[in-house]
Amino acid sequence: MNNMNITDIVNPANLVYKKNSVLNDLPMHYCPGCSHGVVHKLLGDIIEELNIQEQTIGVAPVGCAVFAYKYLDIDWQQAAHGRAPALATAIKRLLPDRYVFTYQGDGDLAAIGTAETLHACNRGENIVIIYINNGIYGMTGGQMAPTTLLGMKSTTSPKGRMYERDGNPLDMPKLLAELDGVCYVTRQAVHTVGAVKKCRRAIKKAFEYSALNKGTSIVEVVSTCNSGWKMTPDFANRWMVENMFSKYPLGDIKDTIQA
Amino acid sequence: MAKLIGSIKVDIQKCKGCDLCVIACPLDVIALSKDANSKGYNFAHMINPDACNGCSACAEVCPEASITVYRVRV
Repeated sequence: MNNMNITDIVNPANLVYKKNSVLNDLPMHYCPGCSHGVVHKLLGDIIEELNIQEQTIGVAPVGCAVFAYKYLDIDWQQAAHGRAPALATAIKRLLPDRYVFTYQGDGDLAAIGTAETLHACNRGENIVIIYINNGIYGMTGGQMAPTTLLGMKSTTSPKGRMYERDGNPLDMPKLLAELDGVCYVTRQAVHTVGAVKKCRRAIKKAFEYSALNKGTSIVEVVSTCNSGWKMTPDFANRWMVENMFSKYPLGDIKDTIQA
Repeated sequence: MAKLIGSIKVDIQKCKGCDLCVIACPLDVIALSKDANSKGYNFAHMINPDACNGCSACAEVCPEASITVYRVRV
């Protein structure tokens, strides 16, 4: 039916999807199948789409994403563990015309940085918080985090998390949505094509809201840590759908601007 | 009726063989190669190039952004 060969198809005129120009060519240090890579790619897509590469400042956390500054070609600051929202506050107040975002994991935002996160959100700083929640401390070998699900095994809870001993999993976005300083809270995932597209729209919205000076925008991305969970990338995605989504259901939690 | 013919190009040195594109592909175009790249990962490649319609599903889910997608309408 067709007489085209691959060399006819593979030429720049027929391009439908390519890596964005904000993401540089360095191979990422993340494990195969890690959700961090997808979220980095989405951030690059949005920064390129909004044409704000020169006006964007990211704040890198401590955790697996500690080297985020190596992969996205924008200005970055490296914060002390958990202190990214405090540092982002300073950057945004000194340079109010910039788009400032923090990129934090659950150990960073929900454990050591709880106070900084809560107070930055309570003050209604006009920053974007990207919150990667995979339920464990991935970088240090899969220890139990505040977000670990009840019954979920980790290296420090080998028989599963127990309520009597370890308390309940902490749902930070729901907590932060109660604060008046927060204008947009959403929970997304990046396990399927549809979810990736929804997540891209959510992060774009958060960046647009941060320019309106109406308060803090928070995008939680429920992620997998296939190394820490000791699963294959595919199985980790299915495990996340079966177990994580009942505690962390996807969707918008708060949107005061469009509501 | 117009038909879409697609093709993908994988940056095999960046590919970590996570298998997510293979699962995301609705037309079973992609599989992991038996060969490995310089880091020892079995990279993704097209095993059924005629079936590809350039939907970009593989590229959307790729954590390494190593897939480029091309498409023509014939």
